[in-house]
Amino acid sequence: MSSQRSKHLFGVRLEKRASDSRWMAYCSPLLAILLTLLCGAGIFASLGHAPGAALYTFFLQPLEDFYGWTELGLKASPLLLCAMGLVLCFKAKIWNIGAEGQFIIGALGGGYMALQLDSMEGPWVLFAVVAFGALCGMLWAALAALLKTRFACNEILTTIMLNYIALNWLYYSVYGPLKDPAGYNFPESALFSDSSLLPLLFDGYRLNISLYFALLALACVWTLMSRTLFGFQIAVLGEDASAARYAGFKQNRLVWLALLVCGALAGLAGISEVTGPVGQLNANISLGYGYAAIIVVFLGRMHPVGILFASVLLALTFMGGEMVQMELTLPKSLTGLFQGMLLFFLLACDFLIGYQLQWSRPNRKISTVDIAQKAQE
Amino acid sequence: MNPMQRFKNIIKRPLGSFAVAAGLAAIAATVNADPLKVGFIYVGPTGDAGWTYSHDLGRQYVEAQLGDKVETSYVESVSEGADAERVIHQMASKGHELIFTTSFGYMNPTLKVAKRFPKVVFEHASGYKRAKNMGTYFTRAYQGRYLTGLVAGKMTKTNVLGYVASFPIPEVIRGINAFTKGAREANPDVTVKVVWASTWYDPAKEREAAETLILQNADVLTQHTDSAAIIQSAQAKGVYAIGYHSDMSLYGKDAHLTATVHNWGPLYLEKAQQVIDGSWKAVDLWPGIAEGTTDIAPLNAAVPEEVKQLVAEKKAAIKAGTLRVFDGPVVNQKGEMVVPAGESLEDAALLGMNYYLQGVQGKLPQS
Repeated sequence: MSSQRSKHLFGVRLEKRASDSRWMAYCSPLLAILLTLLCGAGIFASLGHAPGAALYTFFLQPLEDFYGWTELGLKASPLLLCAMGLVLCFKAKIWNIGAEGQFIIGALGGGYMALQLDSMEGPWVLFAVVAFGALCGMLWAALAALLKTRFACNEILTTIMLNYIALNWLYYSVYGPLKDPAGYNFPESALFSDSSLLPLLFDGYRLNISLYFALLALACVWTLMSRTLFGFQIAVLGEDASAARYAGFKQNRLVWLALLVCGALAGLAGISEVTGPVGQLNANISLGYGYAAIIVVFLGRMHPVGILFASVLLALTFMGGEMVQMELTLPKSLTGLFQGMLLFFLLACDFLIGYQLQWSRPNRKISTVDIAQKAQE
Repeated sequence: MNPMQRFKNIIKRPLGSFAVAAGLAAIAATVNADPLKVGFIYVGPTGDAGWTYSHDLGRQYVEAQLGDKVETSYVESVSEGADAERVIHQMASKGHELIFTTSFGYMNPTLKVAKRFPKVVFEHASGYKRAKNMGTYFTRAYQGRYLTGLVAGKMTKTNVLGYVASFPIPEVIRGINAFTKGAREANPDVTVKVVWASTWYDPAKEREAAETLILQNADVLTQHTDSAAIIQSAQAKGVYAIGYHSDMSLYGKDAHLTATVHNWGPLYLEKAQQVIDGSWKAVDLWPGIAEGTTDIAPLNAAVPEEVKQLVAEKKAAIKAGTLRVFDGPVVNQKGEMVVPAGESLEDAALLGMNYYLQGVQGKLPQS
């Protein structure tokens, strides 16, 4: 009978749920991925490619061999590191857009140290380089923290502007004082010595111990957020700043801490990039990791595990985009298209966490008549 | 059909075609192993009308000439950072036997991948590091710059020329100097103003830089960035412009006086043929106007006949080798003699050029 009744129905109705659906919160990303795949298949088909094969090329072919997996780890690590710092800030509603600049300054500072220690050997060299890189990233974030706590400057503006300053400082350095003296005036530093390069995990593959840094950061931030008073205070500050004040939490101290941790992690990501796959300073050391990490945080619903998946997924779309260009000679814009669809569908599906689709029922009057008739029969 | 069934059908269909297509792709891959696979790595989008566009024309030329003897593919907008090595590596591991990496920043990544794939041939544009299976090539675009400078010097009324530059690397500085030298030979009162856009490809920034230069009285513009934005703004503001990388007359038919163009096709064809024949060797090539890799676009009808003649004469002299652009006397911005009369700058000095010549205004960033 229900199918008969549904024939008379037209359209759907949106209803606010009594409480947010837990089930939907987990399903929404999966639904978004599914919708992205379906739309992606449609786009490939309209471009004249077999949708199945094209999707395979995009999402699975990059991972066909071990090299692909190591590259995925290499691409996801900096995203994960930056995102782990950002999630702390965003939880507290500190809108730090500056991971990009902190990444660059970390790379620049650490890279400078690596060039200074060029002739030194021993494991302490690498330690000094990496630690100095993270410290530089932290100091860069400290500028934003100082401006926010001391002068009440909006951190969105200050961090964005600090990104530009960082980028131009990098340009100045590689076009000027840090330029390789034997490099025909091209804007890049000398290659770092072996003692300041991160150890590789597998011989012959580029994946290095920065993956461990990222996973360690994941564990630490997760513990910090879920098991410590600091994490609780951060969450309260984000939910309701006046409640946090009322509870006697020192807001400025929280701002400082969140930004410093974020700066250190982004700086660590930066120095890992230059002492890892790049191996020198040049004008292109950041590929927008600091910005992409913002998407990663929201895609991963501000939860460490979600962020892990999101960073891997985003890394995969970059690699898949390269693959479809190579194999199917499709344009690069597909990468952006897939990333955009993913985010769009996620936001759309998130609506279902708070609302539900209700197949609108016929008039109550009619249905009671129906039931009455049924009863008579 | 109930909704659930319909839903099942919707997901079944692509999954079915997915399995079939994956199978077909596998078969196709095994049958088709014959042609030489040639890969190209581009730093910009193929539709930039500039640098990458010119390389892609070269790729298409190779395909047109060699037909089914080659199979080409490319990856565009590959950043010169950590991603480049992966893309080059994937190209090599996907069976490409000849790979052109067409931007300076790919030098170290190309070298690293070349060491891992000793049987694959690599050709890197504009770099200075080579290996047994990695050659380098470039084109003497500065020769074209010099010729277009002559045109600019003759056509300006304000005696101010505007130059939108990308980054202060030797290639760009060489272009500015060659252009200035040509312009001042044609008209000793000319000065060249340079705006650094700090980008290779950003039409909005390039247009902004062009407009700044026009406000500073420049009436002939040229650029060392990859889009045609300055031609468009010159057209809109009624001044002249000189393109770079490709013939950009399409973007402003009144403004476009001429352009320095690259013609990579013959070079790429030669390299591909050498790999097919097995005669390829890692060398450094720096051809120019004589070999045809650098040329200038047809001159605008507004250019007087005598100027056309002057350009033709100088071009012939470059072709014949009697004119080498940086022939002395060459004087730098501070007024010091760099090359006395009767001598000419050597290639090594050209490759590392990091100073302005007399006639260029402003300070070179961080030199």
